[in-house]
Amino acid sequence: MNLELTQEQSLIVAMVRRFVREEILPLELNLDPDGDELAPEDQARLIEKTKAMGLYGLDIPPEYGGPDIDLVTRTLLAVEMAQHRAGLYAPCYGTFGGAGLAQLFEATDNQKERYLYPTLRGEKRGFFGLSEPSGGSDPARAIQTKAVQDGSDWVINGSKLWISGADRADFGLVFARTSPDKGRGGVTCFIVDTDTPGFHVRRVVHTLRSAHYATELQFEDMRIPGANILGEVNKGFAIANDRLTRQRIPYAAGCIGVAIKAQEMALDYVPQRETFGAPLASRQSIQWMLVDNDIDIKQSLWITLEAASKASQGLGFRKEAAMAKLVATEAGGRVVDRCMQMFGGLGVAKDLPFERWYREMRIRRIGEGPSEVQRHVIARELLGSSLR
Amino acid sequence: MAEALPSIRGHLGVFQLANADFKIVYMGYAGGREPFGLKSAIETARLRCTSAVYLRYEITSSYQTRYRELLMLYQASHGKLPQDNSPMRLGRLSPAS
Repeated sequence: MNLELTQEQSLIVAMVRRFVREEILPLELNLDPDGDELAPEDQARLIEKTKAMGLYGLDIPPEYGGPDIDLVTRTLLAVEMAQHRAGLYAPCYGTFGGAGLAQLFEATDNQKERYLYPTLRGEKRGFFGLSEPSGGSDPARAIQTKAVQDGSDWVINGSKLWISGADRADFGLVFARTSPDKGRGGVTCFIVDTDTPGFHVRRVVHTLRSAHYATELQFEDMRIPGANILGEVNKGFAIANDRLTRQRIPYAAGCIGVAIKAQEMALDYVPQRETFGAPLASRQSIQWMLVDNDIDIKQSLWITLEAASKASQGLGFRKEAAMAKLVATEAGGRVVDRCMQMFGGLGVAKDLPFERWYREMRIRRIGEGPSEVQRHVIARELLGSSLR
Repeated sequence: MAEALPSIRGHLGVFQLANADFKIVYMGYAGGREPFGLKSAIETARLRCTSAVYLRYEITSSYQTRYRELLMLYQASHGKLPQDNSPMRLGRLSPAS
């Protein structure tokens, strides 16, 4: 088994690492410590650079104009792109572009013309509307938003919670119950324009992420044409589930990137910082923290790369993706916590990024399915039909 | 406002300045790079907003999201931003009345 990067992977990783260190880190010195946006002129300049590097739109399939990058390399890049203050939730401030909502690659030609292509051109923004006040971990059963057919249209009533970006979006994917008695087989995905009468962004929800809020949405007799159903009626849960599984890999990679950066900073600091006449690096308690960090990072990285490798080969990767998400989010939290401890007072000040990482990393054990749900997914895969 | 300023401390937070008619003319925040938190952020804003007479502030570590929320709420009810705020990219809120 060869665990070395290929020459091509090494070159691309080095290029992105240099981009983060030479372009992103200097800009962050002048940004608000909780900021998650660059000045528009910096954003535009860096997007031109990532385009020149051939790495813009990393998650866009090559047939739609994206670079042809396999998922293992993409995961390695996600680890690199997170290695800065805002890196956990705003890796490189979005200058590598995004795929928008990947589910739209499966849309009809007409839907692609109206939503996918404008999104890829940067003209439209979308949101993903799954979670509801009744719960987010078990969307198949928790969804109470209802869609009722009326002629060729559907009328949607209900609400969504924890939705990112809906207040700035032009459209969104909204999951609604279309057959009340069918559980996960009764959910349909609708493409909803945010200027549709009855669509409301009711409030901002503040979280530990002080630069980014979630929103609560309400739908009041919102009429959506049948042509805006993504996929088929009552087949929406598969769309949501596929997204949830795939999303776990980059989610894990971001945590690993931040952990690597935190450990790098600690390794620079402890030989210099002296207490009681000796550098911190000479203390066994500090050495053990560094060792535990390194083990946490390596373990998370290999589990995540295994998940990416399986997904890349078209093999089943549900269990591996759940493990990656579980291990990397929990390990990332431990690493940042230990690094804060090593930095003492500086670790909790806004001068350094640890306090931001600490807050944001805590969310990671809940977002995209909490640790307990990941364990449940893994148990289900292990036990199969014997699990009741 | 002049009487209130000495009692304001260096916390993180958000603030609103209003004119003599109690109309909000500016909203701002004191972030992590502000040398003396709300105190210096308000003093700087006051020099810029010549019509400001009244002040209200809120101490919060979620200053970025709270700032945007206040601006969006203002925009939702007035259709525009306060007169001394520069244009910025904001989301749309439609709070229940």
